Parts: sequence; C-alpha cells; structure tokens
Amino acid sequence: MATMPKVLNSLRYDETRCIGCDLCSAVCPHGVFAPNGRVARVVRYEACMECGACQRNCPTGAIAVESGVGCAAAMIKAALTGSAEVSCGDDGCCGGDSCCS
Amino acid sequence: MADRTIHPATSEITRANRLDHLQARWGYKRGAHRVQPGLYALGHPTPQSPVFVTANYSLSFDALRSALAGQDGYLLVLDTKGINVWCAAGKGTFGTDELVHRIAVTGLEKVVAHRRLILPQLGATGVAAHEVKWRSGFRVEYGPVRAADLPEYLRTSQASPQMRRVRFNLWDRLTLVPVELVHLAWPTLVAALLLYLLLGAKASAAAVVAVLAGAALFPLLLPWLPTRDFSAKGWILGGLAALAFAAPELGREASGWLRAGHALAYLLAMPPVTAYLALNFTGSTTFTSPTAVRREIFTYIRPMAIAFGAGALLIMALAIARWIGG
Repeated sequence: MATMPKVLNSLRYDETRCIGCDLCSAVCPHGVFAPNGRVARVVRYEACMECGACQRNCPTGAIAVESGVGCAAAMIKAALTGSAEVSCGDDGCCGGDSCCS
Repeated sequence: MADRTIHPATSEITRANRLDHLQARWGYKRGAHRVQPGLYALGHPTPQSPVFVTANYSLSFDALRSALAGQDGYLLVLDTKGINVWCAAGKGTFGTDELVHRIAVTGLEKVVAHRRLILPQLGATGVAAHEVKWRSGFRVEYGPVRAADLPEYLRTSQASPQMRRVRFNLWDRLTLVPVELVHLAWPTLVAALLLYLLLGAKASAAAVVAVLAGAALFPLLLPWLPTRDFSAKGWILGGLAALAFAAPELGREASGWLRAGHALAYLLAMPPVTAYLALNFTGSTTFTSPTAVRREIFTYIRPMAIAFGAGALLIMALAIARWIGG
C-alpha cells in the first residue's frame, strides 16, 4: 500500500520564479490564484483540486502540483494492489466507470 | 496527412442532435457520440474571424456551436476520441500535441490572417499555451468554462471571475444520474435476484434502495449531506435508508434474535454500498482532489469492507436459518 497522504493537497508555488503573466489565475477553475501586481498570489489554497492546469501553463515552472486521473475506481484498485494509478484507456474512458460523463 | 476541407456548421440543434444528447446522457453507445475532427466554418467567416477550439464529443461540439448563434467563426475540432474537453484534457488527448497537429493538418495558418485561438478554459489541463505559441505560432487565449458565456466574453474581451469558475449545481449533478444507473443496472439486478432467493422480496428491495441512494439520491443531496468526506456522507445516507428497513423488523412477530439479525443485516450491508458509490462519485465532481480521494480511500475502504463482509455473512446465516426453519 502507498502511504497515507498527510497534506491537504500537493500544490506548491515558488513566487520568486513568477513573471506575473497571470495565466494561472485565468486557467484555475477554483480561483486558487489571483493576480497581484508583479507576481501571482495564492488566495484559495484549500480549494485546489490538483487538476494541473496552472502547472501546465506556467511558462517558468513556478508551480508544481501532482495531478492524477481523479478516477476513484482506479485509485482504489491502486491502493489495494499497490500498483500505479492507471489512467483511462485510449478509446473511451475509465473502462465504464462513472467519471468523465 | 493534410485535410484542408472546411466543413460547414450551423448553430442549430436538430431533433437528431437532441436524441444523440439523450443517448449520451444515458451512456448508450458510449464512444459513438463523435464528430469528425477538423476545421468547421460557422456562418460566413472571414480571415479575421475568431477560431474556437473544442473536443470531438458531440455534446461539446454542439454546446459550442449553439452558444455561437449569429457569430461567424471557425471551429477547430480536436480528435479526443469522443471524450469531452475536461476529461480529454486530463488524459492529454485534448492537448498541446493534438492542437499543434490539428493546426498543421487543417492548414489553419492559410485560412485565417490572425494567430489567435480561443480555447475552453477547462482544456488548460492538457494544453501549455506557451508551448503552442512556439510550436505553431498561434497564441492561445483561454475563454470561459462554459460555452454559454462566450457571447459575453466576445463582447467584453474578458472573462469575469464567474465565467472562470466551475460550478456543480443541481442540474449539473442531475445529468450525471442516468449514466450511473445504467452502469449499475446489471450488478444490482443480480444482487436483487440473489437476495430475493435467499431472504425474500424485502431484502431484494434493500439492495436496490442502497444502490439508488448512492447513485441517484447522493448526487442530488450532495450539498446538504453533513460531514466533509463523500464516503461519510454516503454512509449517513445509506444508514438512513437502512434504518427504514431495519426499524420495522423489530416490530415483527418472530424470535428476538431473528428480528435483531435481520435489522442488523440491513444496518451492516446497506450503508457501505451507498458509501462506496458516494466515494466513486468523487470522480464525477469538479472539486475533489486526488489527494483528498486517496485520503478517503485509506480511511473508509477498510470499514466498508468489514461492515459489508459482516453483513453478507449475517445474510447467509439468516438464509440458512430460513431454510431450516421453513
């Protein structure tokens, strides 16, 4: 079994690398980031769902977050068997599970 | 392989489209709700008209084109294997590579004079705007989360904080129920039949109710169920359903231990089923993080298994007692 996560979420932000492009504020669907003059600021850390949009669009790599598929069925299987959390198949999704509806 | 065809598109949602949407919502022919990837002309676009990018899931494509009624523009449809923008972005098919590829094969740079693409905000998990810029020359602009907000976005050239946020209202949750029910239909029928043979009609109904509580009632009642964790919320809901089955048992005419046994069987076996379905529902929401789901799995899977296992053993014992006792 993998270890039990202790933190709220895996979002890490290095303000010193921010160039203030504000893309993180634009892409976040939960308003976690907000523009704040020269650099972005984390305003709703607890609302992060680890989708990874901010990390993917940060041109300087100032943001790190461990995003996954978010498919509970895949995660339960991984937790029970100790294997890696696998994503959905290429064709169709999640092998018939309820995510991605 | 170049495909320079520009397909015609309208904003009209036909009866056939509506039927397709209904089938998609019920999980009928999953994966068949696709449109051909490529470039589409909506209305009478000029080289100055905006380009909107979407997935080749028919619900995504139709939401976009119907929201743009009266607008001339180009629709660039990525090959996401018939999966919606959010889920396809999560697994990378609505992604930088496919976008750059689709720009190239459609010859978009020859069709429009500008270098600006409007993407749905929820596509951002799969697309790196800066990478698209240096690989294709096109500048990615993230529009609102919902296509319906596009007219206002185009008018004001900016997305309000409201447009940038996902929501999960009653209607959003309701649309998820049919597909959940379809997925669970067979296992539920098998369980119901088995319980009917073992213990009778009431036990059979309990199986159906436990599943309905988790797959239909849970999504609808989500914001009002107490506690933070989905599993705990589900356990409470399943517990209430189980109480409705267990309470009348105590008033029945039978030996004390048999009544208690039946009541306990409902209370043990039903809540974990509802709780498990509730835990699975985290995958359908727009706000649970993998870290939170992992924490729930570690906290609740063991109690679920123990309670359900004990309930199943008790059911077997009660069934044996029923056969012996006649």
